[in-house]
Amino acid sequence: MKYQSQSVAKLYFIAAIALFAAQILFGLIMGLQYVVGDFLFPEIPFNVARMVHTNTLIVWMLMAFMGAGYYMIPEETETELFAPWLANLMFWIFLAAAGATVAGYLLVPYATLADLTMNELLPTMGREFLEQPTITKIGIVIVALSFLFNIGMTILKGRKTVVNLVFLLGMVGLAVFFLFAFYNPVNVVLDKFFWWWVVHLWVEGVWELILGAILAFVLIKTTGVDREVIEKWLYIIIAMSLITGIIGTGHHFFWIGTPEYWQWWGSIFSAMEPIPFFMMTVFAFNMVNKRRREHPNKVAILWALGTAVMAFLGAGVWGFLHTLSPVNYYTHGTQITAAHGHMAFYGAYVMINLTIISYAMPLLRGRNAANPPKSQILEMWSFWLMTISMVFITLFLTGAGILQVYLQRIAESPQSFMAVQDQIALFYWLREGAGLVFLIGLIVYISSFFVGQSDPEAVAAD
Amino acid sequence: MAEAFTKSMARNIFYGGSAFFFLLFLALTFDSLGQLPNRDNRAALEGELGPVIAQGKTLWEVNNCVGCHTLLGEGAYFAPELGNVYKRFGNSTDAIKGFILSRPKDGIPGRRSMPQFNFNDEELTALAEFLKYVSEINTAGWPPNIQG
Ligand code: HEM
Ligand code: HEM
Ligand SMILES: [Fe+2]
Repeated sequence: MKYQSQSVAKLYFIAAIALFAAQILFGLIMGLQYVVGDFLFPEIPFNVARMVHTNTLIVWMLMAFMGAGYYMIPEETETELFAPWLANLMFWIFLAAAGATVAGYLLVPYATLADLTMNELLPTMGREFLEQPTITKIGIVIVALSFLFNIGMTILKGRKTVVNLVFLLGMVGLAVFFLFAFYNPVNVVLDKFFWWWVVHLWVEGVWELILGAILAFVLIKTTGVDREVIEKWLYIIIAMSLITGIIGTGHHFFWIGTPEYWQWWGSIFSAMEPIPFFMMTVFAFNMVNKRRREHPNKVAILWALGTAVMAFLGAGVWGFLHTLSPVNYYTHGTQITAAHGHMAFYGAYVMINLTIISYAMPLLRGRNAANPPKSQILEMWSFWLMTISMVFITLFLTGAGILQVYLQRIAESPQSFMAVQDQIALFYWLREGAGLVFLIGLIVYISSFFVGQSDPEAVAAD
Repeated sequence: MAEAFTKSMARNIFYGGSAFFFLLFLALTFDSLGQLPNRDNRAALEGELGPVIAQGKTLWEVNNCVGCHTLLGEGAYFAPELGNVYKRFGNSTDAIKGFILSRPKDGIPGRRSMPQFNFNDEELTALAEFLKYVSEINTAGWPPNIQG
């Protein structure tokens, strides 16, 4: 750690990991409810567990992105953060808002929460991923604006690099597109159309800028490859992301009442969306192969390479699988969607956040470059446990999805949704088993922060 | 990458390409908005039942129905698609109301069950009218069959 103010990142990273744990716990609850339907009913109905699972996911992604910003920007700009106190204050506000929101989900019926938070004044609740009370959404906007102000001012007074510019652009986009969460017309088609401006233009648009910038930063630091080379790659990757991903939004406009030409626009452009993810894989491996130094933080490099591979598999391959409209006609809104959602979110955004945490945490905790070998080895175990179990979760859901599509939508005498669910229960049991292994991986991950603390840190072996 | 391809070329492709495709996306959006009146069943919203449907949508939201069900294929995959439930239930709002009303308070042993929301008759009507309105949106022939 070169700049004192980078230390605020630590709070964000710790909270992110805590929320990650909550996310997985509720994932497992839901996974069990899939096969033991009355588990925790009516105390924690499925929809409540789902809100906790997906909202903690989103909030910990935001927390970790901000932590990444507070860590990277001072180093990139070569100056202290503009207002460290503001970053600190915003952290506590964000954490309190997130905690209160989750408590609200769990303690009172959702309709009561809507009442208590006066949803009727500006109704925004009750839409997938955007379930937060309006007041929480406003809180998110305030936190995001303060973040932008803080890092924006830091960049203004310091060195301008491509990494901090692209990161800033990504975070501005994140804030701007989130504003569509406040638009909620009665007209269901319009509601859905602009809902995707938040969801799709985040994960297949501006978040890819954030992902690219963090990946570039970690690769610059750990491989010592010339910044010019890495920055050129970064530009071309994010160019492909937006060129394909913006019109690619059309893959969500096939069956929601929008004009049918979207079947062409959406299919063609989204079919090209795997390109930037593929380039990311080539990029990461190339840079590591051309490395000019042996960085002692081996596990951070493992996470970086893992991100590149898994993002391509989850977003690129599993996305392509169901993105052409004639295929999507059958797979839309099934377990195939869930399979893709899991591997894409994990491979791209969970893993990039764990990459920057893995790189930065040892430094934030006062080490020179890396954790002791014992701790790194444990973290590598957690990498493989979580990543492989996520591959299996995806494969089991894909199996469930193929059967579901066939039995419910293709077979000669299509069966009802509930009848089909009973027949594919085996796959849900297997998914839950893989989920338990994921949890073990997460426990190993968290414990890697506590082992070998008094050992000497790893040194490069060259 | 080849030396002839410089960083500033890459940067220009990024800014130029993104701006171009964003503008194209806006143009397509405006065109879509113009075509929606022929597809999105807004006549129902502008008709006599408009306020009832709006109340139905509010109830749909504040009870987080989409946390278990899909609506036009979007939402959760734990419970059946409801975009076409009006048709699946024989074009009957009464059948929808009856179903919601009859959910057991304590669930069904060992099985997935919908919560009992204790809606009154006016609320049940609003929800059923909302689902009827959604079922009449032109969705380009989706879902493939009545099972949703
Ligand atoms: C990291 C990037 C990505 C993430 C995090 C992601 C995540 C998701 C999630 C969570 C959903 C479900 C949304 C819902 O609940 O309705 C979804 C849907 C979808 N995604 Fe992605 N995705 C990514 C990239 C891609 C790419 C590159 C493609 C295409 C090549 C793609 C194609 C699709 C399609 C077609 C759907 C709609 C599925 C349906 O009709 O039910 N995604 N994605
Ligand atoms: C122990 C592991 C996990 C289990 C058992 C699990 C289970 C589930 C279940 C049952 C759902 C709801 C599906 C439905 O709507 O019917 C869900 C949704 C979701 N989960 Fe997980 N989950 C796990 C881990 C994760 C991880 C690590 C991530 C992110 C990286 C994640 C991201 C998501 C997303 C984005 C959705 C919404 C998907 C969509 O709308 O298509 N989950 N999860
Ligand atoms: Fe998408």
